Amino acid sequence: MTDSVSATRRPWRWLAVVRGLYVRPSSALGASLVALFVLLAVLGPLVTPYGPIEQTFSDRSQPPSLHHLLGTDHLGRDVFSRVVAGDRDIFLLAGSGTLVAVLVGTLVGLLATYRGGWVEEVSYRFFDSLLAVPALLLALLLLGSLGPSRTSVLAVIAVAYTPIVARVVRSVVLDTKTKEYVLAARMQGESLAFILGREVFPSVLPALAVEAALRFSYAIFLVASLGFLGVGVQPPNPDWGLMVSEARDFVYLTPWTLIFPALGISLLVVGVNLLADGLKRVLQVGESA
Amino acid sequence: MIEGAPLVDFESVSIAYRRGRHWSEAVRGVDLRIGAGVTYGLVGESGSGKSTLALALLQVLPPNGRVVDGRILFRGEDVSTWPVERLRSEFYRQVALVPQDPLPSLNPANRIGRQIEEVLDPRGLPSGPASEARRRTLEMLEAVGMADPERVARAYPHQLSGGMQQRVLIAMALAGEPALLVLDEPTTNLDVTTEATILDLVRALVADRDTAVLYVSHSLGVVAELCDRVAVLYAGELVEDAPTRDLYLRPRHPYTQGLFDSVPRLGTTRRSVALRPIPGRIPSPHDLPPGCVFEPRCPIAVRECSQGRPALEAAGDGWARCIRWRDIVDGRVDAHQPAPPARVSHPAGDVPVALDVKALRKHFALRRSLLDVLRGGPQRSVRAVEDISLTVRQGRTLGLVGESGSGKSTTARAIVGLDPASAGDIVLAGEPVAAALGRRPPEAIRRLQMVFQSSDEALNPYRTVGAALRRPFRRLGGLGRSEAEARVARLLEDVQLTAAYAARRPAELSGGEKQRVAIARAFAAEPEVLVFDESVSGLDVSVQAAILNLIGDLQEERGTGYLFISHDLAVVSFLSDYVTVVYLGNVMEAGPAERVLTPPYHPYTEALLSAIPLLDPGAERAHIRLEGEVPSPVDVPGGCPFHTRCPRFLGDVCVEQAPPWRETGEGHGLYCHIPLDELRESQVPAFRFAGRGDAPVAGDGGDGAGNAGGRRGETDG
Repeated sequence: MTDSVSATRRPWRWLAVVRGLYVRPSSALGASLVALFVLLAVLGPLVTPYGPIEQTFSDRSQPPSLHHLLGTDHLGRDVFSRVVAGDRDIFLLAGSGTLVAVLVGTLVGLLATYRGGWVEEVSYRFFDSLLAVPALLLALLLLGSLGPSRTSVLAVIAVAYTPIVARVVRSVVLDTKTKEYVLAARMQGESLAFILGREVFPSVLPALAVEAALRFSYAIFLVASLGFLGVGVQPPNPDWGLMVSEARDFVYLTPWTLIFPALGISLLVVGVNLLADGLKRVLQVGESA
Repeated sequence: MIEGAPLVDFESVSIAYRRGRHWSEAVRGVDLRIGAGVTYGLVGESGSGKSTLALALLQVLPPNGRVVDGRILFRGEDVSTWPVERLRSEFYRQVALVPQDPLPSLNPANRIGRQIEEVLDPRGLPSGPASEARRRTLEMLEAVGMADPERVARAYPHQLSGGMQQRVLIAMALAGEPALLVLDEPTTNLDVTTEATILDLVRALVADRDTAVLYVSHSLGVVAELCDRVAVLYAGELVEDAPTRDLYLRPRHPYTQGLFDSVPRLGTTRRSVALRPIPGRIPSPHDLPPGCVFEPRCPIAVRECSQGRPALEAAGDGWARCIRWRDIVDGRVDAHQPAPPARVSHPAGDVPVALDVKALRKHFALRRSLLDVLRGGPQRSVRAVEDISLTVRQGRTLGLVGESGSGKSTTARAIVGLDPASAGDIVLAGEPVAAALGRRPPEAIRRLQMVFQSSDEALNPYRTVGAALRRPFRRLGGLGRSEAEARVARLLEDVQLTAAYAARRPAELSGGEKQRVAIARAFAAEPEVLVFDESVSGLDVSVQAAILNLIGDLQEERGTGYLFISHDLAVVSFLSDYVTVVYLGNVMEAGPAERVLTPPYHPYTEALLSAIPLLDPGAERAHIRLEGEVPSPVDVPGGCPFHTRCPRFLGDVCVEQAPPWRETGEGHGLYCHIPLDELRESQVPAFRFAGRGDAPVAGDGGDGAGNAGGRRGETDG
């Protein structure tokens, strides 16, 4: 009914997106939490007084103090330094794993869905078969054959989440590829790369951004779970899951060695989820066109 | 209830919507009275507030809307103060709504019969096959013209066509015997032939029952067909209210006059009459002009018009909100918009063929189940286009008409190669082109372009107008970046926009502006043939008029051949030099426009013409209605594909044999078993054709409907 010109809203303005996130308390909290963890990861060695595997035997099992902000563990390692280093690790592992999944999922999703026919059929049946196996089981299977290492953890994340990203991309492309502006681009003799990159991809981006954030939060869990089970990152690396696992034996003696890495996992995961939720709301505004 | 009060009384009603922190008044100071048994039309373009008024009357405004001033009385009482229980037990027993889109109003999980029974018996008690509610349900279904009420009662909503769903809703609405029936654009999504039967139905049902009707529509023709009285809304204000005949013969408001001058009438062509669009656009509720809302677009505005809102004055049997209505009625001023400069040439002799399509066929294979494959069952397919041939000449327009499901759009997409044809030849200026777009050389793509249906989908919301228009110059024209920029600016001016539009995004454009950009994009390639697929159908009439003029002017300037596809026969006949009528993927009739639209015509053309709502209340004309539904394109009837619905059905010959092509001369012919002489004798012209080269007839002073389209029902000899 309304034919009036809506407020001049450019679909992609990062500043506007950030401002939009800070309208709602929940997404503001999420964005702030994520920003805090990103900051810690970036600053890393600059803010930590000790190295992550640096041992001070005289300071074993110390409670939190000015000297050791979050205390030390039974080997005399500074928990704060380890948590920050673990934060950095999580972003590297879960982040790059998610990135690979998003890149591959988007590329295959765009190409296969736009092409349709047997290409689409084959790629998505393959993805479906991957999805039929629970992520953790898939991870154990892969790590069992690849051997535990950072690269294999990254590969696990990529393999587990590529199909999910591809499905999200597919749902948008199915809708977009029959839009008249895509047909018009075909009528201009545009190349496949141009149509996918310039005409179709911008519509995929909002859903993709939300999905990427969500996948990232799941990847954090996955990395931590694998570390906890002892099949992922190996000691003495400061992995959060690994730290929780190691601290179980000393939970009565030095509870802080368990609480702080666990808090790191949950705060970051909650933060990313709130952020994803907020992104969805912000990006969907004016998306109905 | 208060005795003597009108059924519905809008007392200077204002309705506002909240957007963010601001309230904007979508409807301002509307006064309207609907008496018992009166059929009232409420017309206006998008943004006029007509639906808002209807929703407010039914007490179902969306949560962000509310009546901020005035009262809406029903039988003299303000129902907005009633508690929900009382509304349900008293008000909603007396009013009923039929919405534009029937499907959301029907529960997909329940059978039709049960849903009507629920209206009859709100307690929802289970009813046996012999119950009173069941009997009444079948009665109602029969009353709305269902041939087989038992079957419909057993059906689920998705099993019915759009027209049948709308009938079911009308049956449900009338089942409660309401005093007031509100119809909100109930036929907008339907084909003309279905629309005509629905309008007949509403007319007959309300005549029997003394039900008052509020009919909300954007279509002047539909309202003229149905209503006793019409109120015209503009930008949230009631500008004119009059008995239908008065309004159509002597509009008292310049906006009403502008609407009439914007609508192409059957029998006028762009070579005989120019449409006079209303310049500018409807003001948004938060940016209203200080005086009369129509003043910025009014051809007869004087200084006083901008100095305060004019009152709604009694004018004859009606009302008009214009300080100059007396001058308009007396003919002292000309309330028509100025006619656009004539740039129309008159075709003489044969012109070269630009596009020749022969025996085009497009079948879509249906998926076979594994069982079918094992059984070796036949491959079934949707035969969207069976056999369509057409010829587009340079600088001329071929109109392609037919109802939904006739294969028009499939034909368009097959011709431009988006959905490659299954068979047939496409010859562009003497050279055959490949069926699939991907196999056509860029030069062939450039020469044959397409303008899509007007909608928000036409332009990529993420790209600027300039970026969208540059591409065809770069890709198909092989121009460099700076040169392409310069051409974009010129092109924008050609479609009557300014170069500044290049920096804008689709969200900042109105519907008409988007369509101008889409047209510009197609013209950027400098095609020899341009296919328009329903390209003006979604636009308001005043915008549509401007676009039609633009399309016509561009053809004059550039000599492009057009294939113009539309379900709207009036628009097609206005723009076209030649017309091809299609049904179920087959050509029924083809030839020069005025030969196709005058007898003898194909029985299908005859039915289409008879179904079109005319802008002429009380016009006498042939009353032909098509029975039944368009058959499924999976099982196209043999013989003549139209035989299942043909009002002139002869018998076995129509079922068994394909009809012969009968030529009447001048390249006009039709496929029918009935001899031409017989058709000629029994058919009545639907309208008088304004001959080529006639002076424009819509320019004569106060006579609003007085152009060639107005004299119907006369028989030539």
